[in-house]
Amino acid sequence: MKRALERHLNILDFTLASLLRRKAKNFSLLAVYLLVVFMLASLQFFVTALKREAAIILSDTPDLIVQRLSAGRQDLVPVGYAEEIARIRGVTQVRPRLWGYYYDALNGANYTVIASDDPMVAPSRAAVGAGVAKTRNLAVGDLVPLTSYDKTPLMVEIGSIFPHSSDLIAADMIILTPEDFKLLFNFPKGQATDLAVSVRNPKELSTVAAKIADRFPDSRPILKSEIQRTYQSIFDWRGGMTLIILASALLSFIIFAWDRATGLSAEERKEIGILKSIGWETSDVLLLKFWEGTVISLTAFLLGVVLAYGHVFFLSAPLFAQALKGWSVIYPRFQLVPVVDAYQLAVLFFLTVIPYTTATVVPCWRAATTDPDAAMRS
Amino acid sequence: MILPPAALALVLIGLLVSGMGTYAGYYGMRIIKYWDPGHGTERQLELERRTYLISTIMNYILGFELMSLFLFIYTADDLHTLFTGAMCAAGSLAINSFGYPALLLKIINFLFAGVWLILNYADNRGYDYPLIKIKYELLNLLVPLLVLESVLLFAYFAGIKPDIITSCCGSLFGRDSGSFSGDLAALPHRPMQIACFSGMAITAVSGMFFYLKGRSGYLFSTASAVTFLITIASMLSFICLYIYELPSHHCPFCLLQKEYGYIGYVLYAALFSGAVAGIGVGVLMPFWQVASLVRIIPGMQRRLTVVTLVCYLLFTLIVVWKMSFSALKLG
Repeated sequence: MKRALERHLNILDFTLASLLRRKAKNFSLLAVYLLVVFMLASLQFFVTALKREAAIILSDTPDLIVQRLSAGRQDLVPVGYAEEIARIRGVTQVRPRLWGYYYDALNGANYTVIASDDPMVAPSRAAVGAGVAKTRNLAVGDLVPLTSYDKTPLMVEIGSIFPHSSDLIAADMIILTPEDFKLLFNFPKGQATDLAVSVRNPKELSTVAAKIADRFPDSRPILKSEIQRTYQSIFDWRGGMTLIILASALLSFIIFAWDRATGLSAEERKEIGILKSIGWETSDVLLLKFWEGTVISLTAFLLGVVLAYGHVFFLSAPLFAQALKGWSVIYPRFQLVPVVDAYQLAVLFFLTVIPYTTATVVPCWRAATTDPDAAMRS
Repeated sequence: MILPPAALALVLIGLLVSGMGTYAGYYGMRIIKYWDPGHGTERQLELERRTYLISTIMNYILGFELMSLFLFIYTADDLHTLFTGAMCAAGSLAINSFGYPALLLKIINFLFAGVWLILNYADNRGYDYPLIKIKYELLNLLVPLLVLESVLLFAYFAGIKPDIITSCCGSLFGRDSGSFSGDLAALPHRPMQIACFSGMAITAVSGMFFYLKGRSGYLFSTASAVTFLITIASMLSFICLYIYELPSHHCPFCLLQKEYGYIGYVLYAALFSGAVAGIGVGVLMPFWQVASLVRIIPGMQRRLTVVTLVCYLLFTLIVVWKMSFSALKLG
């Protein structure tokens, strides 16, 4: 056992010395390898962090949302529905919600307008998100004219501005009282945008949803889990698509690695020739090549992952953000919370190190089986 | 079709493994056909060199198979959020008819590749490569399985459509379902406990006997293989129950999750390594009389026996420890 370990250690020692002797060649390979790991790791970290952000935000959505459809399009829900849904056994609360979008012709942005009974808003006093405040240059106490649907101006005072930390949810938000909301949108009485339903036992959610769909054939109940699932698959899909685009980069890297491993320099061939003529066996040379690959792979992998971590979590992934986040006039600024787990690292390892290893198997074997005299004479 | 990066990684590994396997199998066939150690022809020299390449490739295949086995289960577990009713890997593997066959084939291929490498190791020790033809005939059996595994894996991921209502592990492994895994779970826990621990005991006794006297190798090998199968059934029947401390949760995958301290990795690794080594002992038995291996095989078999005994002992100790300190007591 001890002898076997010593053999490995000695060969590893030799490998490191021999890698350092050919710095220029190995560093160029390392650089390309590192770049590939860095790109894939950044992508993986970014998508996972976004998925987690989405999961955290969606955990606060209502258990069940009931919309009404009219000719296949979403329509307003009569408040009367809420009273009847509240009578279904297991339902603890039904809350009619009022919300909509307001287009601001001044800057081309869409705001999300929500009606709330919260004490932070009062008649003609609104709370706005930091994104809205920034694009319109607003401060607390300013008056904003909003144009209502019957073309009369509605003057609203800024009561409070949400902090930047809530940007992901609140950047484009304007919160008004239900009365102001109805004035602004000329909203019909006795109607709501949709209904938020709470159910005491989460296991009964699908039964309650089925009962609602049965009682109101024009309604569309949406479960929280359905929304969460949809977001998860969207992020997975975007990540996968980007990965497929990057596959060409991965493929070129594999070809590069294969080429590097095949094209042994005269010096390397001579080295292998000398090793074999002083008694190294083919299996020893194969072991040497194995350790060479391991050293290069691990260095590139670890450095690449660390760099990607910095790129995503300190610099907010400038290289991928545009492709993965989407865009809008008011875009929330947010710092991603670092999430790295063994699973992500394993996936990365599989996507980078294993293809590299596979590409170099045959060239390494070819190098290891050259005859000593042929190698030294070449 | 969904595209999580892990699925792409698994499909990529499947392609690489079956590609490498086919390459090795092709040269394996050439070796079977032209191998002639009596002549130092150029072709013979070339084939002898190829054997190094094939050994290296098979080493890599075994390593990749082991890593991807766990990655596959973990990925299936991660995907369960996409399906209504699925709670863990058990549900997401049942999402189409390729999930469980792919998993089963992955396990079989891992065991097969492990046994092949044991045979290969013995063969490389003999100066005249005495097992070379048998070895490459076996390789030609393994290669189609590797290719089939990749096809199943691809079909599984390609056939996933999120939102399909699927059975969760509660009903899939519950006592009332008529499926294969349901039958395993329905095996009563008392007889399974007796079977599992007797199997371990018989393996231990026959292993020690074989180690000391060098006889009854087939008995030990058979005992370790049968015990492996019984233990897998026992995982579903009672071991899981004690670990989850729930009398109705028979899922063999939740063990791999963080909530249970990743204990499943240790258990499965011990069980699989023990089984590979134990089966390896039996596979080497017919070659005792081969002249160039007379001095090599007994030593190897003793080492393999120790591996099996240590792995199975570790497994048994963990299970006994979990059973003794579990809050659940089965009557």
